[in-house]
Amino acid sequence: MNATTQGLPAQTFQAKALAPAERALSMIGGDLTEKSLRLHLEGLAGVDAVGLEQRAAALGTRSIKTTSKAWALDTIIELIDLTTLEGADTPGKVRSLVAKAVNPDPSDATTPRVAAVCVYGDMVPHAVQALGGAWSRGTDNGINVAAVATAFPSGRSSLAIKIADTSEAVAAGADEIDMVIDRGAFLSGNFGLVFDQIVAVKEACRRADGTYAHLKVILETGELNTYDNVRRASWLAILAGGDFIKTSTGKVAPAATLPVTLLMLEVVRDWHRLTGERIGVKPAGGIRTSKDAIKYLVTVAETVGEEWLTPHLFRFGASSLLNDVLLQRQKLTTGRYSGPDYVTMD
Amino acid sequence: MTRLAVPKTYKLYIGGKFPRSESGRTYEVSTKDGAFLANASLASRKDARDAVVAARAAFPGWSAATGYNRGQVLYRIAELLEGRRDQFVDELVATESLTKSAATSQVDTAIDAWIWYAGWADKYVQVAGNANAVSGPYFNMSTPEPTGVVAIVAPQSGNALLGLASVIAPAILTGNTVVVVASQAAPLAAISLAEVLATSDVPGGVVNILTGSPAEIAPWLAGHADVNAIDLAGAELLHWVDLQVIAADTLKRVLAPVNGAPAPSLERVVAFTETKTVWHTKSLI
Repeated sequence: MNATTQGLPAQTFQAKALAPAERALSMIGGDLTEKSLRLHLEGLAGVDAVGLEQRAAALGTRSIKTTSKAWALDTIIELIDLTTLEGADTPGKVRSLVAKAVNPDPSDATTPRVAAVCVYGDMVPHAVQALGGAWSRGTDNGINVAAVATAFPSGRSSLAIKIADTSEAVAAGADEIDMVIDRGAFLSGNFGLVFDQIVAVKEACRRADGTYAHLKVILETGELNTYDNVRRASWLAILAGGDFIKTSTGKVAPAATLPVTLLMLEVVRDWHRLTGERIGVKPAGGIRTSKDAIKYLVTVAETVGEEWLTPHLFRFGASSLLNDVLLQRQKLTTGRYSGPDYVTMD
Repeated sequence: MTRLAVPKTYKLYIGGKFPRSESGRTYEVSTKDGAFLANASLASRKDARDAVVAARAAFPGWSAATGYNRGQVLYRIAELLEGRRDQFVDELVATESLTKSAATSQVDTAIDAWIWYAGWADKYVQVAGNANAVSGPYFNMSTPEPTGVVAIVAPQSGNALLGLASVIAPAILTGNTVVVVASQAAPLAAISLAEVLATSDVPGGVVNILTGSPAEIAPWLAGHADVNAIDLAGAELLHWVDLQVIAADTLKRVLAPVNGAPAPSLERVVAFTETKTVWHTKSLI
């Protein structure tokens, strides 16, 4: 066949060798090329869209009450990446975000802390400084600093800039990097380019001491159009070395949806069955109420198991969700409905 | 051939929509002599919560409208009430065992009260506000502003429509949004009023109407931290001192119960306003 993709002859396009990522080598085999990657991804079974949406809808009908609800609310807080990703972000706004992350509800000292604060790369030093002793420094204790990188949210820049963006954030202290994939390349079938970029960014996550900042790969499912694409992109991100797969930037509608998150969790479950390795999932954008967030907890527990409900393996990317959880928490504690006057404004 | 009756199920009015109770409960509304009249929704605490959320969402828009604009909206409601007076008369005859002329008189009084309050919308600020004399080169002005979300226990004993008009109109004309617990025994006028409101120019969420037990719902509204004031007009048979105590926890304004439908008064308008005083320098020459 002499079909072409992006004007390149199919032959030269497909024979290109890819960066030797460990997982892809062991899963696909020693001869890791554009072609072998493509064959692997296109060989994945198609998604039963109706079945997926029905399953997600069914999981959303569980009724979680009283003590289970109290547990769920605290768990949600522990899993939140408290996020501010606005053009208008200032060091002051990052400081107030950090203050809220450390002490979400000043009226109740039993409120847990969030998992991480998520900011733009240039705000990482301010976040680190504001966290002070509450900063985890890459350990398990404390609050992580996550930085979005690689020309977030569009991902439209050269690889050199994406790498510089990433290593700058890591050098400034970011414990986690949220990178975006090149959706244009993915949708035009250029899987190898997407793969190589993820591998390169993963390498840029390496710190001076040889450890790595956690890499979350944002698929931006709202732009991938089909569930089949979401499944392929999830596999691609995992094969290239992502520690987490994340649904969305929050800048594109639709952002996180329950069916898409369920699908990504199924990929993670399959990967765990194949290799024993645990990959994290982060739905982000559009989750604003405790009720919605609880549906996600149910979906995680029913798909990959309750051991995934830890900050290492599941996160919510959210800004307004925390306030709603705090209101619900206050309702459970005081027995009376609370109101927006009793939580901080964002 | 006899025709089967088609009884109407009366639903709640929350955020401009007519949902059933979240709890799925209903109760039977009967005439004074016990004959079945209709099913009405028995609102739960979660319906009250949803209504407060709707009222809070409607508050910024409604309170920012000009007094003139709110007045026009209220006049329009009175016009629509006038067009539906036969329906209200029939419902009052059925639920309150009134004679047709007594029911007509109540509907007329209710519409007249509504018109009377509508006129205040662009005038109460001038009457309740003031330019204060101060010892310095300053203008000092006090103006009333709406309190926020007001929960209302509507009058429960008779005068269903007049009672509603006499508590809703004074609260909303200043820019407050309200959650009303209608008369438990005679909720039909309340939901018919909701149908009038839904087809008028009042934005959804400005008036929210719950039918059901005030004894069940009122404590939740009194304790709700996002409710700024509570009008206990029809709470004379409840433990309303307890409600006042609960309301005090979140510093709500409280109006005590009244006997029957409260008469039109500027006091009811001003009761749910907050006085804002501003200082402004006089220009230096």
